[in-house]
Amino acid sequence: MKDPRTTPFGAAEEADLRALALRVREHILGMATNGGCFIGASLSCADILAHLYSRVLRVSPATVRDPGRDYFFLSKGHDVPALYGTLVELGFLEARRLANHLETHDSIYWHPNRAVPGIEFHSGSLGHLLSVSIGVALDIKLRGGDNRVFVIVGDGELNEGSIWEGCLVAQAHKLDNLVLIVDRNEFQANVATEDLIPLEPIDAKFRAFGWSAMTVDGHNFAALDRAYQKLPVEPGHPTAIIARTVRGKGLPSIERRADRWFVDFTAAEIEALKRELHGEASAELTSETLMVR
Amino acid sequence: MNPTYEETLLSIAERDPDLVVMTAENRGAIRNLPGKLGARFIDVGIAEQTMIGAAAGLALRGRTPVAHALATFLTLRAFEFIRTDVGIANLPVKLVGAVPGFLSDGNGPTHQAIEDVSLMRGIPNMQVYCPADRAELVACLPTFIASRAPAYLRFCGVEPAAPHHEPFVAGKAETFGTGTDVAILTYGFLLREALSARDRLAEQGIAARVVNLRTVKPIDEAAVLDAVSTCRLTVTVEDHFLTGGLYSIVAELLLSRGVTGRVLPFALRERWFTPGRLAGVLAFEGFTGPQIANRIQEALA
Ligand SMILES: [Mg+2]
Repeated sequence: MKDPRTTPFGAAEEADLRALALRVREHILGMATNGGCFIGASLSCADILAHLYSRVLRVSPATVRDPGRDYFFLSKGHDVPALYGTLVELGFLEARRLANHLETHDSIYWHPNRAVPGIEFHSGSLGHLLSVSIGVALDIKLRGGDNRVFVIVGDGELNEGSIWEGCLVAQAHKLDNLVLIVDRNEFQANVATEDLIPLEPIDAKFRAFGWSAMTVDGHNFAALDRAYQKLPVEPGHPTAIIARTVRGKGLPSIERRADRWFVDFTAAEIEALKRELHGEASAELTSETLMVR
Repeated sequence: MNPTYEETLLSIAERDPDLVVMTAENRGAIRNLPGKLGARFIDVGIAEQTMIGAAAGLALRGRTPVAHALATFLTLRAFEFIRTDVGIANLPVKLVGAVPGFLSDGNGPTHQAIEDVSLMRGIPNMQVYCPADRAELVACLPTFIASRAPAYLRFCGVEPAAPHHEPFVAGKAETFGTGTDVAILTYGFLLREALSARDRLAEQGIAARVVNLRTVKPIDEAAVLDAVSTCRLTVTVEDHFLTGGLYSIVAELLLSRGVTGRVLPFALRERWFTPGRLAGVLAFEGFTGPQIANRIQEALA
């Protein structure tokens, strides 16, 4: 596994990651029909995940049970299509299993679970995996390990009290091996975050809780790389990375659309969206968010 | 002198390097452990949800966390974390709920864990331990911790009302007496009142047996079925809502076996109990030995 602290990030790495993230988005589109998926959130964190698994996490298909691995937890579980796609591309998960999305004979569904190779823990109820990450980070400290724990939360998820409870506990226990990444796509389920429960300034909130905090462009691989190079930012303090993203990123007909958050597209719409993903004609869509979740 | 809860937990921790003791700043029963366990004593502050999520994370790394909080806040505030992080993953997290049921005496309804058995037993694979006193608490602790299942312990550190004559085995009740007029099924510190009721009934020529269940999940089905089929009347005595506790467990068991019987419940029906000193609470709510005996006598008349 490459380590951003020791391997430079240049044009070749940039191009590789662009191509990887495009393939992850194709996988996401594959799961957005025949039952659908949370496409908007999946697209917003696809670049973060592609980068994290390629450049940051010290884990590989051969070390998914190694106690010395870096841990990754997806707390905003509904964007798991991006994680499935990343795990397929990096060899953790067999590609053919994505065709089993929502089939009862496999365990590939709308939220993550441990039966999927490479997935550390289930989620779906928001505000849980920071605390689970704290337990893992505490044990790594207890055993004197130098591995790290990364957890992605949504910005809407910051509404949950357990996030802030966990922030207090993590700083009290000086968990500088813990990194929380906020997928700051400015939307929660149905509405823009700032129209409902204003969150800004987010970095100042984490700092006030005793964390180090950085804000980066979550679609800029070089910027993400520079942020992770700084870890651990301050000895004795957990780190928050606020990754500014666009919900629906990569598909202009979905970007920032509250009505295209969870969608079950027709096969024809998926084909049109694939063309749009590759910069061809924009897709004509009629399907909208099916469910209010 | 018998060892205390704390001493027993410490001796298990000394043998098992993977055991960690956690608390949501509820240190009553584990006051001396921080100095002895060092970093294996983890206090998260008044943060029950984070404690349970972190306990799940610790268990993922091979630890056996023993997590302490007041029974209400543990089972209610953190319920979804127990159900979702511990339950779904079926992790060996050990939950210790302090001052359950009537033992919250003067605290008032906010502190009355009288739905804890109902909530915890509803979680797949979760075991529910209900020791009757300090001796049984200490006796059940090695089993409670050694099992690889998630488990909830209804903490009870009162002095024993009578010596125990059966070694602790999860899912195995301890029965006092062989009376066939009435069987009193109970768990937790109310064993004391049940034994007092039995003595009072004996003076009236009514032969009672008392079944101390010790764990309600797993429950000793044979002991319950034998009581119902052998005795004229079966009584359940619990400091818990009528819904979801022992009375419900007995009802479910009898229905599943096609057995019918006369069962009289002592439980809290659609209400919280009136707070006060423990002795006063028991008398006000009708849970003293003589009060239980009187109602049994009326039922048998
Ligand atoms: Mg969001």
